[in-house]
Parts: sequence; C-alpha cells; structure tokens
Amino acid sequence: MSDLTIFALTLAIAVAGFVFGRRRAVVSASGDVRALHSLPAYYGYNTALWGLVPALLVLAVWSVVQPLILQVVVSGQLPDALIAEAGAVSLVMADVARVADGLDAVQAAGTLAVDALSNLDAGSTDVRALLGDVGVALGADVRPEVLEAAQSYRGLAGSATTAKWLVVLILSLIGTGWAYSKTDLNLRARNIVESGVLALLIGAASIAILTTLGIVLSLIFNTVEFFRLFPATDFFFGTTWQPSFSGRGGASQLGIIPLIWGTLYISFIALVVAVPTGLFAAIYLSEYAAKPVRTVAKPMLELLAGIPTIVYGLFALLTVGPLLVDIFGEGGLLGVGLMKGGTAVMTAGLVMGIMLIPFVSSLSDDIINAVPQALRDGSLGLGATKSETIRQVVLPAALPGIVGAILLAASRAIGETMIVVLGAGAAARMSVNPFEAMTTVTAKIVSQLTGDSDFSSPEALVAFALGITLFVLTLGLNVLALYIVRKYREQYE
Amino acid sequence: MSETRKSLFTEDAQTKARNRAERRFKGYGVAAIAAGLFFLLALLTTIVSNGTRAFTQTFLTVDIALEQTVIDEAEASFVKTSKYKAIVGAAMEAALEKAAIPTDMDQAALLKILSESAGSNLREFVLANENAIGETVSFNFLTSSRVDGYMKGRVVRADLERDKNLDAAHLDLVDQMIDAGLVERKFNWDFILGADASESRPEQAGIGVSMLGSFFMMLVVIGLSLPLGVAASIYLEEFAPKNRLVDLIEVNIANLAAVPSIVFGILGLAVFIQFAHLPQSAPLVGGLVLTLMTLPTVIISTRASLKSVPPSIRDAALGIGASKIQTVFHQVLPLAMPGILTGAIIGVAQALGETAPLLLIGMVGYIATNPPDGIVSGFMDPNSAMPAQIYEWAKRADPAYYERAWGGILILLAFLLVVNLAAIILRRRFERRW
Repeated sequence: MSDLTIFALTLAIAVAGFVFGRRRAVVSASGDVRALHSLPAYYGYNTALWGLVPALLVLAVWSVVQPLILQVVVSGQLPDALIAEAGAVSLVMADVARVADGLDAVQAAGTLAVDALSNLDAGSTDVRALLGDVGVALGADVRPEVLEAAQSYRGLAGSATTAKWLVVLILSLIGTGWAYSKTDLNLRARNIVESGVLALLIGAASIAILTTLGIVLSLIFNTVEFFRLFPATDFFFGTTWQPSFSGRGGASQLGIIPLIWGTLYISFIALVVAVPTGLFAAIYLSEYAAKPVRTVAKPMLELLAGIPTIVYGLFALLTVGPLLVDIFGEGGLLGVGLMKGGTAVMTAGLVMGIMLIPFVSSLSDDIINAVPQALRDGSLGLGATKSETIRQVVLPAALPGIVGAILLAASRAIGETMIVVLGAGAAARMSVNPFEAMTTVTAKIVSQLTGDSDFSSPEALVAFALGITLFVLTLGLNVLALYIVRKYREQYE
Repeated sequence: MSETRKSLFTEDAQTKARNRAERRFKGYGVAAIAAGLFFLLALLTTIVSNGTRAFTQTFLTVDIALEQTVIDEAEASFVKTSKYKAIVGAAMEAALEKAAIPTDMDQAALLKILSESAGSNLREFVLANENAIGETVSFNFLTSSRVDGYMKGRVVRADLERDKNLDAAHLDLVDQMIDAGLVERKFNWDFILGADASESRPEQAGIGVSMLGSFFMMLVVIGLSLPLGVAASIYLEEFAPKNRLVDLIEVNIANLAAVPSIVFGILGLAVFIQFAHLPQSAPLVGGLVLTLMTLPTVIISTRASLKSVPPSIRDAALGIGASKIQTVFHQVLPLAMPGILTGAIIGVAQALGETAPLLLIGMVGYIATNPPDGIVSGFMDPNSAMPAQIYEWAKRADPAYYERAWGGILILLAFLLVVNLAAIILRRRFERRW
C-alpha cells in the first residue's frame, strides 16, 4: 500500500470522526447546543484531529527512519571482503539499493513472476541485462552477495511497509475512538482544538529552521565525505581546477582558487556597473525627479528585477557576448584583439550589473528617503546647493544603509548562477584580462552535479564543498550587511 | 574684500563652479536613469525581435494519394518510415511537375527540404485515419530548419557552402515553390503546445510539455507555500512570545531569503533525491525545492499584510468574547487575505522563472517528449520546466534552437506578465487603507 493510500484512508477516518464526534456532542446535550461548552463543530474537529495528527506523525517519521534502519541492518549482513574490495560500505550499499530498485521495477513491469524473482540466482541469470531491460542501468555485473543483500533488503522493506500501514491505520482508529468516547457536553473541545492549531502553526514556523538545518547538514555531510577522498588543503589552496572524469583516469586537481577568482572578478565588474548606476538613479529619483517621472521611471527600472535570470543568461550569450567580440575582438571595432569568444568575464559581469541595477537602486532609494527632511532643509538653509546637500549631508547619513545594500548586491552577484553558466564560459583560469572566459563557483556546482546521481566520486562531491563555500560566503556578506546597518544606523526621532 | 560692487544676480567664479557641479551631478542622475531604461529597452527589443520568429514555421503543402497497396507495402517493410518518406518524395515530385517547376534532383535530394519527421507524420496520420486510405489528402509538412532559416533570413546561400544537407540549388527550388504557393510560413501552434524534439530537429521542438511541467510544479508551490507560509506568519505575527527560539526563526527566515537559489538546488538534490529517494526530474521534487525557496518571500509579505490590519479589529473581536484563534482566523485573516495573495502570487512568479535549482535535480538534460498522462504522472514522471527547457535549447548551440529559446522566453515573460498583473489588480481592487 503506498503512502498516498494510507494518507487517504487516514483522512477518511478523520472525516468520519468529525461527523460522528459532532453528532455525539449534540446528542449528549440532547439537541440543545447552548448547553455545550464549545460550538458543535469543535467537537468534530477534536475527534478528527486525534485521528489524523498522531497517525500522520508516525507515518512521516516511519517513512524517514525505515530506510535508515534497513541500511544499517543490511549493511551488517554484507561480507567484509566485499566491503574491503569496494573501499567503503556506502559504495556497496549504493549498489544494493540500485539492484533492489531494479528488482522492484522488474516486478512492476511484470517480466518475471514474483516467485522467480525472489529465487533469482546471480550465477545462472544475467541480472544486469534483466535490470537493463526495465531501464535500470548498472555499471558492472551483479555479484551474488550484492544480489542476496538486495533480496534481503526487499524482503525487509516489504514487511516493514506492511507493519507501517497497519500501525498507522490502527493508531488513527484508536485516536478517533478515544476522542469519540471522551466527547460529551462538558468536554472543553475548543481549547483542545485551539492548542492543536497553535502547535501546527509553530510547526509551520519551524520549517524555516528545518530548511536551514537541511541545507547545512546536507552540505556538511557530503563535504566531510569529500574531504575524506580529497585533501582539504589541496581544495582550498590549489590553483588548478582540472577534474578528470572516471573514464579518462588520472587524479583530479580540484583547487578552488581559480573559481573564487572568477567569481570575485565577475562580481566586481557587475558591481562597477550596478553601484554607480543604481545609486545615481536612486539619488535622482528621490531628490530631483518630478512626481510623474518618478511614478514612471521607478517601476520601469524595477521591471528589470522581475525578469528571470535565464533571460539575462541568454541575453549575455547571444547578444552581449557577440557585441563585445565585435568591439574588442580580433579585427573588431577597436582592433585590440583582446577577446576570443563571446563568453567572458566582461560579458557575464556587464549583464549581471544590469540585473543588479534595480536591486541597488530600490534599496538605496528606501534608505535615502528615510533620511529626515530637516537635515536637508538645514543644509539648504545654510546656502548649500542641492548636490552639496546630497553629497555632504544626505549620503553620509545614508551611508551605512547604502553599504549594506552594496554588500547585499555583492552577495547576489556571487550566488548568481544562470548568467555565469551561459555567459562566462567553462574554463577555470586565473587571468587579469576581463575579456577571457573564466568560471565561477556556481557554474562549477552546476557542471559537476548536472545529470549525475552517483555521489561517490570526489568529482561529484566537490560540488558540495563548493556549495558550502558559497553558502558561507553569501551568508557572511548578508550578516555583515545587517550588522553594519544596525550598528551605524542613525536614530532619528 | 573686493572693491567692485556687484549685483547678486551676476555669478562670480565660485558660484559658477558650484552651479556647474550641481548641473553635472544632476546630469549623472539623468544618465543613470537613462542607462537603466536603455538596458531595459535593449533587453525587451532583443527578446521580441528574436522571439517572435519562433512562432511561425515554414510548411510545405503536398497532396498525397493514399493508396492501399503502397501503404501495405510500407507497413510490411522493415524500416517503415523510410518507405513513407519515399511516398512523400514521390508526392513532392508530382507536385513540382504539376506546378511546372523543372528540377533535376532525385527524391532523396528533394526530401532534404523537408523535416526528418515527414515520414513518421504521414505514418501517424495513416494509422489514425484508416478510412482516409484511397483518397487524396493535402498535407502540411514541416520544412527542415535550414529552409525555415532561409525563409526567416537566418540562413543565406553563402552559409550553405559547407553544409552537407542542403545546397544553394535547394534554395533556388524553394524560391520557385514559394512563388507557386507550395511553401509558406505559417503560425506554428506546435511550438506552443508541442513537445521537445531531438537535437537534430529544431523545427519540431515545442515548449508545451515543459509548460505542463511548470504547471504541476506551480501547483506544488501554491499548495505548500501558501498554507505553510500563512501558518508560519500567523504564529510569528500574532502568537509568538519574545524568546530565543522565535528570534532564531526570524533570523533564519531573513537569511534564507538571501541564500542563493543554487544552494536550494543542492538541498533538493541531497535531501529529496539522495536521501528520500524521490524520482529525479519529477515536477514534485522541483515544486518542493521551489517551495522552500519561495517560503521566505511569502512569509515576509504575509507578515506585512497581517501587520497592516489595525489592532482595533482584534480588540473588538476579543471584546465580544472570541478566542485568540477565532479572532485571527475569523477577523484578521480575511482582512489580510488580498495582501497575502498578492505576496503569494509574487512568490509564484519568482518560482516560475527560477532555473538554477532545477538544473541540479535533473530537469535539464531530460528531453520532454511525452506529455504526462494523468495527474499522478504529471507530478511524478520526469519532465522539464519552461526555464529549464529554454536553458536546454540555449545549450544546443544551433541558431535554430536559439530562436526557439527566445520564443520560449517570450512565452515565459507572457506568463509572468499575466501573473504580475493579477497581483496588481488584486492589490488595487481589494486592498484597504486603514
């Protein structure tokens, strides 16, 4: 029985619980609802919640824990020789899981009878070909030990699933029955339901923490795994990025420095474009522009922020890149021949700068508007011109906020993916020529993980180490931005 | 002190310099705005001028007499579509003869004008309409992407010198066929509704299936991020005490809003695929990842609209004996609903255009050729999504696919426009000022 069916059945029990619980409460007050402690519906909700919540909690926890326990049990059965040969338990278990999935697929496809399937023998049957037929490709022939472990995995999983739905459904029935038996006119049903609802609200609010926890844990676990296979010093201080994929052999060189260089270089160019433009646009809009100009220009600029990044990526790849080659390329307008291909640091940086203009301008606009008018009036009253007021009074007052906005923009630039994947190129190099193709941390995360579900090689796992670097870098910038804004903000009455 | 007396209205050197600085400063501002608007304009014109071409496609019209014997022979052969292709080729020769266009090309050379799909299209038609056998039916076949490019001005004769498939003689023939009304550029519904095609057949590719993928993902995003986001905001805004845990949640939400989207992709890969063994490339997984990504946005905007409901409403409800939960759910929430929905819609728009996390959970590289058959299959079967499909086309490094990528962007932007307009209308129509 699939989880979905179990869920639907529990739901049905809860609906029945609602109807009967409500009816019992009304009957217990002999039809006079005024005698009830709570409104009649609350008695129904009370019964339904007792049938639903504990059962679903068990279902969720069971679904998460079951594979973990099975992993431990089955890996305990594996012969040591096999583990030693493969190098790590996790590698063997990945094989076992794949074979077990494949056998499930065979059963679903109906190519083999269930009996024949459970009596498979790796010696006499070509299991690899069998699984290949149902679309589960294996890297090597299936060894008898692995097949045996996969069979025992499937057997355990089958009985565990049966146990799961029995337990969940019985729990749901018990909950409903208990709440039903408690239902009478003096039950404080509303209070119970409301504390239940509050608990659900708290649960929803904790999702944010769970997400962060999920991010951090998934990054850390895989990064630790990576550093077990690849020395951390070579990763953090290596100056060559040269992953070799399993087919070609040879050791990979996975130094992050060229990627960090590319990331920072592109972000720098993006900020050089975005910060002056955004800042001056914000100053003009908040200090000079007439109301009609402001009402038109501000939303138009913000339109740039609503355009998906894939659009900017394509714009970089197909429009800006070729344009820059025409100007700076071999035989181009300037005749300097600096640029060889359309994908370059400059291409990605320029386009990313365009993307960040509204980000900088709307943040700075808010901050400039928050500077009290009295400061401006005072400065103007002393005879300063408008631009002098802005430069010497408004901007210093708004500086912490503006620095915060720039740091946030920098964090955006560092984390941006699509523009660099399409516009910056794939070659990891450290060069000062902005017209050369370089690559970034995000682009390499994409190229190392796309279409790959096998996380056992350092070439795939390095993406998690890159991810954690990116996460720490952007988080650091965000926290720093918030800190600066809070610490140096002028408090105006 | 200078001796000469001057009128206040004559500017001295210093005033002149200051005024010049003032004008210069203002000029910088104007230039910045102009630059921003110029970039917007450049972006939009590029999209529109490149994208609109993807919506038309070149078709060749031929009449084919479907004879039972010929079709039986083709069905009996080993490579059926090649026999059907021969039928199309013969029909083309006949059509050229009828239009009095002389040619010395053989059938195989003539067929290069058409898309590879012509044979299988004919076969599909025959299998679906068996009663049409014995009649003469007029077919519209897609021409090959190069002929289409020629019609759209993307391909010129000089480009074909090194081309194995098509040469200038073909284009001369096409010119004559245009004059005879056989070849025409028409609106191509298959681009909007159809499925993706293999790398060598750009003329066949459409965005329809990945549109469905996006649709199912958005169902997941709306179905999860709205209730979760609203519940979380209600707790934080109406019930949360001031303590460590609540502080932690608040800081977390603020930080999550600024985490790069690719990190959410890593999370989705590690948690949903590696750990929970959900299927790769499934819209369900994409939806879950995008839900986590948009949740902070929804929470932040929902809290703002809950905050804007005046406390007097709460006090009145509490005063006549409602419980705190009843106050929130019966009074505050309905009043805040327009604002909440606006925020949710903006969150959905953000999720609809997001690409990076989808790359990691396998929604790219998968060729979305079959539409899902049913609701469960829509959520669980591998599919692509609109932005992922656009990225896929951009990666194929073929001008014909670039054109489709721009066209896809036009469709994506149209959706975003509709979604954002809905948000604006909702806000204008229902938002109250207290």
